[in-house]
This record gives sequence, structure tokens and C-alpha cells, in this order.
Amino acid sequence: MSAVEIAAAVRAGERSARDVVEEHLEKIEAREAELHAFNYVLADEARAAADAVDASVGRGDDPGPLAGVPVALKDNMCTRGIPTTCSSKILERWRPPYSATVVDRVVAAGGVPIGKTNLDEFAMGSSTENSAFGPTRNPRRPDRVPGGSSGGSAAAVAAGFAAVGLGSDTGGSIRQPAALTGVVGIKPTYGLVSRYGLIAFASSLDQIGPLTESVDDAALLLEVIGGHDPLDSTSIAEPAPGVRDAAGDGVDGLRVGIVEELADAEGVQPDVAAAVEQAALALEKEGATVERVSVPSAAYGLSAYYLIAPAEASSNLARYDGVRYGLRVDGPDAATMNARTRDAGFGPEVKRRIMLGTYALSAGYYDAYYGQAQRVRTLIIRDFARAYERFDALLGPTSPTTAFELGAKTADPLSMYLSDVCTVPTSLAGHPAASVPFGADGEGLPIGVQVLAPALGEPVMFRVARTIEMAAP
Amino acid sequence: MAPESARITRADVEHVAMLARLALTDDEIEQLTGELGAIVDYAAEVSALDTADVPPTAHPLPLVNVFRPDDPRPGLDRDEVLAQAPAAEDGQFRVPRILGDAP
Repeated sequence: MSAVEIAAAVRAGERSARDVVEEHLEKIEAREAELHAFNYVLADEARAAADAVDASVGRGDDPGPLAGVPVALKDNMCTRGIPTTCSSKILERWRPPYSATVVDRVVAAGGVPIGKTNLDEFAMGSSTENSAFGPTRNPRRPDRVPGGSSGGSAAAVAAGFAAVGLGSDTGGSIRQPAALTGVVGIKPTYGLVSRYGLIAFASSLDQIGPLTESVDDAALLLEVIGGHDPLDSTSIAEPAPGVRDAAGDGVDGLRVGIVEELADAEGVQPDVAAAVEQAALALEKEGATVERVSVPSAAYGLSAYYLIAPAEASSNLARYDGVRYGLRVDGPDAATMNARTRDAGFGPEVKRRIMLGTYALSAGYYDAYYGQAQRVRTLIIRDFARAYERFDALLGPTSPTTAFELGAKTADPLSMYLSDVCTVPTSLAGHPAASVPFGADGEGLPIGVQVLAPALGEPVMFRVARTIEMAAP
Repeated sequence: MAPESARITRADVEHVAMLARLALTDDEIEQLTGELGAIVDYAAEVSALDTADVPPTAHPLPLVNVFRPDDPRPGLDRDEVLAQAPAAEDGQFRVPRILGDAP
């Protein structure tokens, strides 16, 4: 049952929210030990929230557009009084004194948080193997990774543990796990969804978005969480564009470009490239025109990203100093305590990024690395702007490959980083992008096609995404 | 072109670890020396682009300072916040000494 159907049935009193929650908890009971999608299952809290929704329906009140919909929350979103770990030992026992805006909005809309999902520590990774609490497995094929860093939320949706999930995407962390687990993933325009209460990784890139079984479910969830929040100074002040109504408008007359730098990127699996071509043909059949287009500087997106994101992370993660919250490892003085706490509390990938970012920002290297990456970011924005003069939306692969085996890339950090090659360019521009499931490779592993749109181009992005979804084999 | 510094030494790693307040072990320093070198070599590809007249982008939105209305409202509850601290005393965070000899 889709989230749209659950909400409609619960609001109409045809189905109780409690019944919906119990059904999902049964699925969690059956497979969670194998998959490890969650750091924390909120069974009692979900039952209580569902009962409150049912009581509201019983009184004749409107329980909200997400009434009774079980929602999986990535464990980097603060939940008041409920553990929020970022899958890191440094926050293992932390219970936030406030909730993220997205969490408040989901609950106010009648949504039922059902658990906090596993992630690569502090959202740094592409396989959910960098979790201090052990990896998540792909529900489609448990010997494969679910992608990352929002691998727990993607797996929870793919396994039916939750009707919808929330993830965060810095360089592809919603879209890539969506592709690898065969679900829909949306990275909204930067600033469309509040980051208040999202634990920061790279603040100029981080954005929260939906992971769902269908494009319509994603539209429903995005309308609930999107829109201005006075608690986030980078939140866009204008009203969020409507996407639920737009999604069904088709693509007749739209101009769509296949981005050569994404489609032809190094390491793109042939059946992934073929899926992009097939999706393009499906759009043409529905009245869109499709051409290939070059976004030249996008080829440098990954290099720029792996300077900018770690630089911002090294600054953001300076707050974990053993003073105000989280782990402390004692020392004879404050500086020693800080350094020992951080070495004990952070895992290898987080340390690697902090070191990389600190290096890129350090005296003598700042201009050659961080400064140059920021100038390349400008070029990428300009090249996308030029492409959007001719096209309404762009297309490419989400991930160069389908789901890989656990352990396949953990020994070589750079090979793991290459998983993000198709998703980071548009992240640097702050634009929205969606991953839509489109067929499978020779081994039956799901493939995701990526739809890109200009800033606040969500309506056109949803039209293209839904058309691709309808044509999917 | 890529700066010569792309070849990262053990001393570089030790220096950066000090800046980042990470008490790395010898093994970690050894491993990071190789890994950071490889990653920085890759990332240095950005230097292939001519950006002489290109301004840097720090943020995708045109940021302006945002003020909220000057309406007083309660902040976080002090006891709830301090309950999450590794050590607290008399309504304050307790930390090891930061200056001079122990009191």
C-alpha cells in the first residue's frame, strides 16, 4: 500500500493507523536482524503516535496529509529525547533537547516516525558500511550494499519497514541509495527544505529529501517537509513550488538533455547507460524532445566536491570536542581531552575527511585547493545555466554501477568516492535532482535514472520523473 | 597545474592532525599519509581549469543576513542540555584545566 493510499484510507476511517503501524512492525520483526536498516526502532512511540492519529479521526478532526504513514528517519535528524547518533560513537548516547523541523512537520501532518535509520557515519560514504554500528544490507540482495549514506532509509523503504523515508543528500546520499535499492529518491533544491536539526556535514550542500516507493509518494512527503522555516537562515523565503498536482502533467513539449559528462563518465556500467537511453526514448514517446548536451565543467565536479565538502566538514565537526555533549575521553588538560575524544569517537572515514578538509584549508594550500574548487563550482553553475537555456530538464545515470558487494570498495577510499561521480555536479549548483528506478541489470539489480532540473524546478522534475516511472520495465 | 605539495609526507599528516585536534595513532598516521596523497592527487584535477577571472562560489544561494523578529522566547532548558554533557557542575559544563597549573 502506497503512502498516498495509506493516508487516504486512514483519513477516511477505512483503516486504522494502528493497524498500519503493526503491519510495518511485523515486517521489521521478520527481517531487521538480517538487514540492519535501523539504529533504533520506535515501536512504542509509533504505536502511541498512530493511536493519536486514530483518535483524531474518531473525533472528526483532520489528522493531516500524512495520516498514519510510517516514516523512517535518517539518524542524523534530531529527535527530542530519542537517540540521534549519526552512526557515530561520538554521539552514541546523545538524546537531543530539540527536534529537527522536518520531524516536527512530519508529526504535525499525521506521519508516524517508526525508527531512526543507519547511515555512513556523519553521512560520509556511499555504502552505509562506514557506520560505527555495522553495515546495512540491500533488501533486494543481502550480499550487496544499499548505497549510502542514506542506506538505512532506502533499505527501510525497499523492505517495507516504512512507507516512506527521509534521507539527507550532500553529494548523492539520497539518490545513490535510492538507485541501488530500487526506490525513488529526491534531492530538493538547496534551501527548499529546512536543515534546522539536521546534523551538519557540509552546510552549503546538505539537503533533506524523500525516499519512497513511488514518485507520487515522494511528492506527498516533499509538500509536507518543504517551505520556509525561520529557524534556518538558508531556507528559501518564497513559497515552495507545488509538486503533487504537477507530477501528472506529462512531458509533452518539454526539452530534455542527456548530460554527456554524466552518461559517458568513467566507470558507467553498460546496462546503466542503456537504461538512460531507454528512459529518454520513453520521454520522446510521450512528446518530449531529447538531445545530448555537454556541461563541460561537470567532469570536474567530483574533484571539486572532494575538496569543498571535506573542508566544510572539518569546520562543522570541530564542535565534537567532548565538552557539551557526546563522548569524552579524559586527559590532563582540555586540548589533550579534545584530541583523545576525537580520535576515539570518530571512525576512519570521518577522520580521513576531517584531515583532507583541514589540509585543503591550511596555510599554503588554501588557494590551490579550496579556493580553486570554489572557482570551479562557479564554472559548474554557469555551465548548467547555459544548458537550462536550451533544456527544461536534464538526464543521466544516478550511480555508475548497480549495488556492489559488501567490502568491495572499503579498502580504497577513492574507488568509493567515484560512486558519487554522477550526483555531485548538480549538488554543487544547489539544484534539485531525482533518482527513479528504471529496470535492472543482468543480475536483476535495480538501476536508477537521474532527472536534473534548475533551482526550484521541482514541478518539471516531477513531471519527467513520473513519466519515466510509468514507462519503467 | 597541480602544486608540488600534492605529495603528502608523514610530517604534513602530523601537522594537519594537530590542527584538526586528532590524537592519531602511528598506524593511522602511516595509513593516512598514503591515502591523503592519492585523494589529493585526484582532487588536484581542479587545477586543470583556467579560473583566472572566475569568482569563487561559497554557497549556492545569494546569502543575506537574516534577522528574526525581536520577540523573546524561551531557549533550551538548561538542565535538559546539561544532562547530555559528559560532565557538569553547578549548572555549567565541567572541563579539564585549560591554563597553567591545576587550581
